Amino acid sequence: MFNFFDVGKIFEISSRSTKYVFFLFIIVLIIGLTEALFLSPEDYKQSHSVRIMYVHVPAAWMALGIFSMMTFLSVGTFIFKNKNFFLISKSLAPSGFIFNIIALITGSLWGKPTWGTWWAWDARITSMLILALFYFMYLLSWRIIENKNNAIKISSLIIIVGAINVPIIKFSVNWWNTLHQGPSLKIMSDTTIHSSMLIPLGIMTAAFALFSLLIFLMKFNTEMIRIKNKGLDRL
Amino acid sequence: MINEIISMNGYGPYVWSAFIFTLVSFASLYLVTKLQLLKEQKKYIVKFGSLSEAKTAVVREQKINKEILLNSVITKI
Repeated sequence: MFNFFDVGKIFEISSRSTKYVFFLFIIVLIIGLTEALFLSPEDYKQSHSVRIMYVHVPAAWMALGIFSMMTFLSVGTFIFKNKNFFLISKSLAPSGFIFNIIALITGSLWGKPTWGTWWAWDARITSMLILALFYFMYLLSWRIIENKNNAIKISSLIIIVGAINVPIIKFSVNWWNTLHQGPSLKIMSDTTIHSSMLIPLGIMTAAFALFSLLIFLMKFNTEMIRIKNKGLDRL
Repeated sequence: MINEIISMNGYGPYVWSAFIFTLVSFASLYLVTKLQLLKEQKKYIVKFGSLSEAKTAVVREQKINKEILLNSVITKI
């Protein structure tokens, strides 16, 4: 049924495309950094501190997006009993975790000049911290559980339970009166961000997505070679 | 001009710290992932080298093994 997830084919593509993704990432990152740090205008209220948005927002989007993808893959692991899903999910986790940490740290660095505090137990910030803990538990489960089948089940379960937190993060600024600002970028209605800021934000998001793809490809190749190494031992 | 870019109206330390932290995180994750990949490739080459000719032929039949060997050679170059 899932020939689309032919591991051999994915490995062939991933091992050959890594260097192209790396060069594309470097180019997009250089353009994004130039736009974000030097060319984009300062905000009339927040002045230059608004530039933190160009790393904070894409990192938060990527952390949430990767966790959502991992949720679908984990559900797929249980329903279809397809072992390739967990391999893809495991390869996505490290970049998702790093993006989550970047979102928290840069958020803290943005909070000090704008709110006057490094940290607040606000609904959005706290739910993002909980997401980081779920990422950490997922990565830890692969390190401490020796039986592979148990590791697949437990790690998938951690992600499915953690998925409850995803809509909470998304709607926390609407459901509760939070210190964190509401969404400025809306899909269903007009966005409140000017194009001079929206373009650098889009470029930085593309750079972050490319970095995530690069790490995914390298991690996937590592996992595949690890499996093949075990295969050679059995010969 | 340069002082203005660095200080950013007093917000420089926050802005530069955020960007430097992001780039250092990226570089660290990339290096760790790359080292893990190289370690597994090296292990594979050692194991493959210790196989008998008959077993080597069996391994070479699989497309995925060919790809690993090819990539390991390219990485060494």
